[in-house]
Amino acid sequence: MTAQGATDDMLLEVRGLTKHFTLHGDIYSKLAGEKAQVLTAVDGIDFHIRRGETLGLVGESGCGKSTTARLVTRLIEPTAGQVRLKNEDLLAFSPRRMKETRKDIQLVFQDPYSSLNPRKTIMHILSRPMEIHGLARSWNEKRERVLHLLHRVGLSVEHIDRYPHEFSGGQRQRIAIARALSVEPELVIGDEPVSALDVSIQAQILNLFRDLQEEFGLTYLFIAHDLSVIRHISDRVAVMYVGKIVETAPASALFDKPLHPYTKALLAAVPEADPDKPPPRLTLKGEVSTPIDPPPGCRLCGRCPRELPVCAEVEPQLVDVGGGRQVACHNL
Amino acid sequence: MPETVPETVLELDDLTVRFRLRRGDLTAVNGVSFAIARGETFGLVGESGSGKSVTARAIMRLIPNPPGEIQRGRILFGGSNVLDKSDAEMRALRGRHIAMVFQEPMSALNPVFTVCEQISDALRTNLGLSRREARERVVELLSLVGIPSPQKRLDSYVHEFSGGMRQRVMLAMALSCNPGFLIADEPTTALDVTIQATILELITGMIERLGMSLLFITHNLGVVAHSCDKIGVMYASHMVELGEKREIFANPQHPYTVGLLNSIPRLDIQARHLTPIAGSVCNMMEPPSGCKFHPRCAHAMDVCRREVPKLKEVAPGHHAACHLHDQGAAA
Repeated sequence: MTAQGATDDMLLEVRGLTKHFTLHGDIYSKLAGEKAQVLTAVDGIDFHIRRGETLGLVGESGCGKSTTARLVTRLIEPTAGQVRLKNEDLLAFSPRRMKETRKDIQLVFQDPYSSLNPRKTIMHILSRPMEIHGLARSWNEKRERVLHLLHRVGLSVEHIDRYPHEFSGGQRQRIAIARALSVEPELVIGDEPVSALDVSIQAQILNLFRDLQEEFGLTYLFIAHDLSVIRHISDRVAVMYVGKIVETAPASALFDKPLHPYTKALLAAVPEADPDKPPPRLTLKGEVSTPIDPPPGCRLCGRCPRELPVCAEVEPQLVDVGGGRQVACHNL
Repeated sequence: MPETVPETVLELDDLTVRFRLRRGDLTAVNGVSFAIARGETFGLVGESGSGKSVTARAIMRLIPNPPGEIQRGRILFGGSNVLDKSDAEMRALRGRHIAMVFQEPMSALNPVFTVCEQISDALRTNLGLSRREARERVVELLSLVGIPSPQKRLDSYVHEFSGGMRQRVMLAMALSCNPGFLIADEPTTALDVTIQATILELITGMIERLGMSLLFITHNLGVVAHSCDKIGVMYASHMVELGEKREIFANPQHPYTVGLLNSIPRLDIQARHLTPIAGSVCNMMEPPSGCKFHPRCAHAMDVCRREVPKLKEVAPGHHAACHLHDQGAAA
């Protein structure tokens, strides 16, 4: 599939990506000869992101969104699967090649209080990546680029010699974004980058993401649990549930007409800030299933209102349903 | 107002809470007044640091002193001032008449006691039940809040429950002594959206069924839109807008409320750009003069820099604290 001519604009392609974490029991369970449990955080997911596109990855806590981000940046190594960046096998890169490649993929984390070094000035935080990747040589050149970056994210020259603690949460997130941009990446992965912010600040940062994308032609993998944020920022959306992608679709199609029972449930559960909209409700039974030694069949088994006998036995695969949409469900 | 609402359960009058910190004084709640009628659900909305939680804690008299201090104002609960009560009277009030649910159940519940032990503690002290009676009541309570097979979960510890189930345990504990008034401080903020939906349904259902009043504190406007009758919007320690839910959503009068509503990305339409509120929340150690919102407000006038606007009625039952509503103010 990678040989098609249309893959020129393909930036990131992920196939069968899987990550298992072995849960080591305590010494007593080992002595008792119990087998270590395996947590399948990400379970054979496929997705792709084209240049200039924003893919929103949405799901509830523990569904594997952040693990996915860490896998495609090789901060952790996958158990199985392929990650192709610009049509090259990222997982086969040598450590040296990987280090060079890191400048193409940058991360913005959720908590700007822990992702910035409190002992370094903003100048240092923003110029260090340039030094590492040899993008600026002289001090003057660095300073000029840092000033330009600060200006682009809505900060100014007076901020350059300050420390992270002197900034508010929203400003810190601007610094984190500036740091990601300092090495001129192609793909920016935002792992819940607006979840820790207040609504009025969140809107500012979302606008900033949008403006920067237009200006620098960036590609985003945007991870969030807030569906209205995902709708706002994404061109396409992938919905995850317990390590699986259950539905992917263009944002407008997904939100106008969700097809997978889990996507429907997620949307119905969102309280919209409009008293005339229907109140939030849960259309699924029970609680999120466990990713530890998952049973065969669909992960939503036992919770789904549209369950068929086949669901408990055969795992549904993502199938094309037209309109650029894929759904993994036996009962559409 | 008394002719429309039958009975006021809680009334805050000019509540002002100050913290004396090493760096200086911080006024966390500044002249806040509102009333909650029997059977009513009141949503207190605001961003972090706006003073919502301090207001709730002041009602329960849970402000640590020092550094906290209720500088002025009254908190009338059932007609008598909570601030005049002795510690013993407060203990009789808490749990029995006013109960509270917190945001983070893992830190609000005790990890070394079983669920049954924690809940029956309140039942035995407040209602004087025997151990066995308390145990039976706990089973009832747990099934009331929708914990499956409560008999089996009675002797579990908090860590054995999921986030949503823990919040149900908290709610069971809060409801244990049939209080007439419940304060819920961000009860669903730490939860996933599907679990939030069930907990919200549970809380609003309970309130209605048991005829309780509710003070619901949240930063999420979506949550108040569906679970409250009345709304109070707080910004930087002041109550800036107060009124019926529908009225506030349909016809917000304070620029901050307008800005907040415009900041929320919508689920039904995709806008290219959001309209955020400019700037960031003021430093509460050095608040701006006059209206706390004026540095971020597009309509700021000279008077906004000088004078703190008072909460005035702008439509029947709808109050806003903004100089734009002063008589003769050029909009």
